[in-house]
This record gives sequence, structure tokens and C-alpha cells, in this order.
Amino acid sequence: MFQYLIRRILWAGVLFLAVTMVTYVIFFLVPANPARLAAGQSATPERVREVEKFLGVDQPVYIQYVKFLKRLVLEGSLGQSFVTRQSVNEEIFRAAPVTASLVFGAMILVLLVAIPLGIFSALRPRSLLDRAAMTYVLIGISLPSFWIGLVLAYVVGFKLGLTPIAGYCEVISVPEASICGGVVDWAYRLVLPWSTLAIVVAGTYVRFVRAEVMETMNQDYVRTARAKGAPERQVMSSHILRNAMLPVVTMIGMDIGLLLGGSIFIEVVFGLPGLGGTALESIGRFDLPTLQGVVIFGALAIIVLTLIVDLLYAWIDPRIRLT
Amino acid sequence: MTPLLEVRDLRTQFRTDDGLLQAVDGVSFSVEPGQVLGIVGESGCGKSVTCLTIMGLNEKRGTTSTGEVLFRGEDLLKASPKRLRAIRGDEIAMIFQDPMTSLNPVHKVGTQLMEAVSLHRDVSRKEARARALELLEAVRIPRADRRIDDYPHQFSGGMRQRVMIAMALINSPDVLIADEPTTALDVTTQAQILDLLKQLQKDFGTAIIMITHDLGVVAETCDDVVVMYSAKVVEHAPVDEIFERPQHPYTWGLMGSLPRLDIVVDRLQQIPGQPPSLLNPPSGCRFHPRCPYTMTVCKQTQPALAGVPGDVFHEQACHLDQTTKDREAAKLLAAVAGVPA
Repeated sequence: MFQYLIRRILWAGVLFLAVTMVTYVIFFLVPANPARLAAGQSATPERVREVEKFLGVDQPVYIQYVKFLKRLVLEGSLGQSFVTRQSVNEEIFRAAPVTASLVFGAMILVLLVAIPLGIFSALRPRSLLDRAAMTYVLIGISLPSFWIGLVLAYVVGFKLGLTPIAGYCEVISVPEASICGGVVDWAYRLVLPWSTLAIVVAGTYVRFVRAEVMETMNQDYVRTARAKGAPERQVMSSHILRNAMLPVVTMIGMDIGLLLGGSIFIEVVFGLPGLGGTALESIGRFDLPTLQGVVIFGALAIIVLTLIVDLLYAWIDPRIRLT
Repeated sequence: MTPLLEVRDLRTQFRTDDGLLQAVDGVSFSVEPGQVLGIVGESGCGKSVTCLTIMGLNEKRGTTSTGEVLFRGEDLLKASPKRLRAIRGDEIAMIFQDPMTSLNPVHKVGTQLMEAVSLHRDVSRKEARARALELLEAVRIPRADRRIDDYPHQFSGGMRQRVMIAMALINSPDVLIADEPTTALDVTTQAQILDLLKQLQKDFGTAIIMITHDLGVVAETCDDVVVMYSAKVVEHAPVDEIFERPQHPYTWGLMGSLPRLDIVVDRLQQIPGQPPSLLNPPSGCRFHPRCPYTMTVCKQTQPALAGVPGDVFHEQACHLDQTTKDREAAKLLAAVAGVPA
């Protein structure tokens, strides 16, 4: 177990190196000069060279990369933004909770919808409810998230006036100038983004839970449970669900990791100042340190969540031994 | 004596995409307390479905069953789901063919045994655990006090089947249905499990319905035998009678195809052809397309189950005349007795 953790952490390190390196290479393949952008349109060539030197982009890529690594490992610092000269760490710490609020809230909604719906569909295949659920699945999978988001914002937010159309409220450290704050405001602002993300993601999960439950229902040990005289409710909860949920747990872990790295469309549609927006902005401004920060955070999220999934997996299924 | 379990004219139909499938067609038999009844036949002849119907374990959608399954006079086909649940695992228990997949992989063996107890008895966890341990010892699992907290994947196939047997017997049922309990096991383990079943049958006084395709298992364990072919009973007799005076060509085929080590045989005999489709069974006697003795009447009329002269307990369903049957049976037995190796 301990050995397993060590090995996983080492692998995470390798993965981390690969991800940052790829980001660096891609960034410098783009034929644009961040210094020129930072220096302004009317800057003289000398001024641009000064800025280049200041930002460190005058040096070869590998030297920049090594410097970046050194700063990250020794000081735990992601550097400063090319554009705003703000600390990237601070930027990430500010944006990450926004994205996390969106993703975790939406995933809870997804599970609340998908697990019961998937089970009922599996129990009554080809029934009206099953067909309705499968139609919804198709819609959820097919429609792009920004479209659903815009429609919801228009209908629920604008026409019906039930929810705010866009914006975000801090829960804990509310800035003084802010017009809102606290859990209620926070959740109120997030209702639409949560719903949008949940509608998009839940489709796949309904389908998945349905398939897993149907497969598990036909297992011999489920028949054994019935032969023991177990009532259907107990057969479902104790014998079917626990086995059927294994692959679902994996998928949830992967999806949360992926979404944390950027739910760009939904953040943009609802004006949420999360990581997706930060990444988008930094690409537009050729702001390498900020972009690198978002990428590292996303990679870290995936690494940590897959580790959690593996540990959970071993806990749910005793056949899996972490060695 | 009234039978413990009596099946009368049981018919089970499945609705499939290709039409109605008659999986069990007019099957009748009865089981006395403490008796071992064998049901023999090829794969897909309706042995398992018969027993799943008795237990009420068939898929509910698209399945219809008629006839009667009288357990102590109570018709189980008419019993409520609640009543059936109360009987299942308590008064009638079942073990299945594949012990590798019949235990839930995510629960400890002990937990699964305790579940079986607490579903039917109002006992504390401690008492349920004690009972589980007692049964694990009864099925001779070594170091049962430690193995009780292991998971199924930590047991071998034979050991898992022992656990299944323990689970089935934990509430001391009156009837144990064993659906090919040794088929998935290797030969030495098979013998151990059969011995164990015989021993437990003596200790617990449980009646057993032994479903098998192996006449060797029948000879070793059963008191009575029902031979099924294509959803129907073709022969029903006490075990000695079946082996001494088999009356149906299908039974002859089964006996002729038994592998033997003690005599010289050139080639293992087989019954030619395939078992018929239950969606569209042959006319007349269902065995006629594969039977070497087919007559015109066999293709037209289904033979009824009738008594055998000279033995009140022996029934068979074949159009052949008694002289031919006795002659052919004697020939077969002589061949099976064979030349010692």
C-alpha cells in the first residue's frame, strides 16, 4: 500500500514534467512575441528587446524551462504574469475555487439525477420512463454546453427572471466592494451553471449506470441473493449497486479532474471568473506563466483524482489489491 | 405418506423475440422427506428451468407457468412474492452450477452467510456469525474461524461450492435444489463435494433435487431419477431400475455414452444429432429424429408417460413394444458390462 503510493507519486512527477514540457514547446511554436505585446504597439525595437530581457524570453527555450522548473520546485512559485505582473499562484488560488464550486456542485447534481434514473431505466427497459430517459441522454450528449447554457440563461434568467444571468459570489472571503456574498448568494448565482453542466454530463451517466445495473442484474450472485430470500430492495442496494458502481466511480474521478482543468464554455457563458476564463485570457495575451499555471493545476487535479479513485476502488472491490 | 414437494403437470413458457418457447412441458414428480431425486438430461432440456420455477426465480417478464408446485400442500405458483421470499433460503434452498460467480465478490463470505440467516431468523449479529461458522465447519472448510472473514476470491472453486452449500443449508431447509453442483469443478473436487452432500443429507435429513447431466452422479447419490428430454419427462424410475432395466431409447443413449475406464471400448458412443429447438419442437415423440428405433407412429403421436409392467414405480414414454425394449435394454447392459480392461 505504502509502496504503491510512493510509486504513484513518482509517476505523477514524470507526468507533471511531460505536461509542462509540452506546454512550453507548444507555446514557443506559436510565432508571436509576448514581449512585443507587453511593450505596447508604439514601442521601439530597443524597447521590445528590453522587455524581452525583462520577461526572460530572449533566452533559448530549454533555459527558460529549467528556470521555470527551478523556481517552481525551490520556491513553489509559478512565476509572474507576463501581462499584469501579478503572481500566478495568487491568480490560480483566486480562480480555482470558482471552477471547483462549479464542477463539484454540478457533479453532485449529476449523481442525484443519473443514479436513480439509470436504475429505474435498467429495471424497466423499454418502458415509457426508460424511453424518456434515453431521449434525454441523446439530447444531453448531442447539444453543446454553451448552447444549453445560453438557452437556460435566456429562458430561466432573462424571460422568467428566476435566477441571475451571470456572475459569481464569494462564499467565505467576500471582498468589501462586492454586492453579494455568503452561501445563499453563491448557490443562487451558480444554479444555472450547475444545471447546464449537469444536463450535459448526466446524459452519459444515466446511460452508463443503466448499462452497468443491467449487466450486474444478470450476475449469478444476484440470483444467489434472491435464492436466499432477499427482498428486491436489499438485492439492489447490497448486491447490485455496489458492483455496478465500480466503473461509475472511475468515470466520476476522471471527469471531475478533466472539468477542473477547464469548463471553459460554461464559465464564459455565465461570466464565472474561473480557471477556464483565466486560461482563455492568457492564451489571447500570450501570457505563458499564467497559462502554465492553469495547465499544471489541471494536471495535478487529474493526478490526485485518479489516485483517489484507485484507493476508493480497492475499498469497494476487495479483489483489487494495491501493490 | 404425503410428499414434501409435488410437481404436477408443470409447464413454463418464455416469450422470446422468436416466439413462444416451451421450456418445461407437463413435468410431474414428487419428493419425499429425505429423498434424493435426480433430474437428468442434456443442456437446455428444461432441468434448470423446472427448478427455477419451483423457486419462483424465473425472470418475471415474459414468463408464464401453469400446473402446480405443491410444497406441503401449498401451491407455490400461486404464492405471493412475500410468501415465496419467506420459503426461499429457509425451507427450500438452492445451490448453483458455477461457484466462481455465485458468490458476491464485494462481500465477505461470512457476511453473505450471515445475510442468509438474518433474512429468516430474528437473531443478533453474534448469533448469526456463530451459525455461519458452524456451517463453514460442517462443510469442512479448514480454519473456518479465520476464513469466515475472507472474500470469495480468496477461495478455490471447490471451497466456494462448499460455502454455497453452507449458505443453502444454514437454515436447515427441507428441500435442497442442487443445480449441477459439481459440473464446474475438477474431478477430484467433484467427488469430495458429492461425498459432502451425501453426508450432509444424512446429518440434516434434507431432501435433495439433484440436477445433473452426469449419470455417474445419479448412480452415486440418487434414490429416484427423472430423465428429461426436450422439456418433457421421458422416463421416471428408482435409481436401481433405471440402471438395471432402462426403458427409453434416450436413456439408453445416455448410458451408452458414459465414459468407462474399467472396460475396453473402441470409441465412446454418442447420441447422433442435436437436441431439438424448444421454439419449434419435432412432431410426435420429440426424440424421433435422433432415435435409432423410429417407427411411423413416433412421428405422429406423442407417447404418454405410462407404467412399466412388473414395476409400479417405473414410468416411461416410448411407443416401442415391451419385448423390444427389454431385449434392447439387456443388449445395452451386456455391452456396458463389456470386456474387462
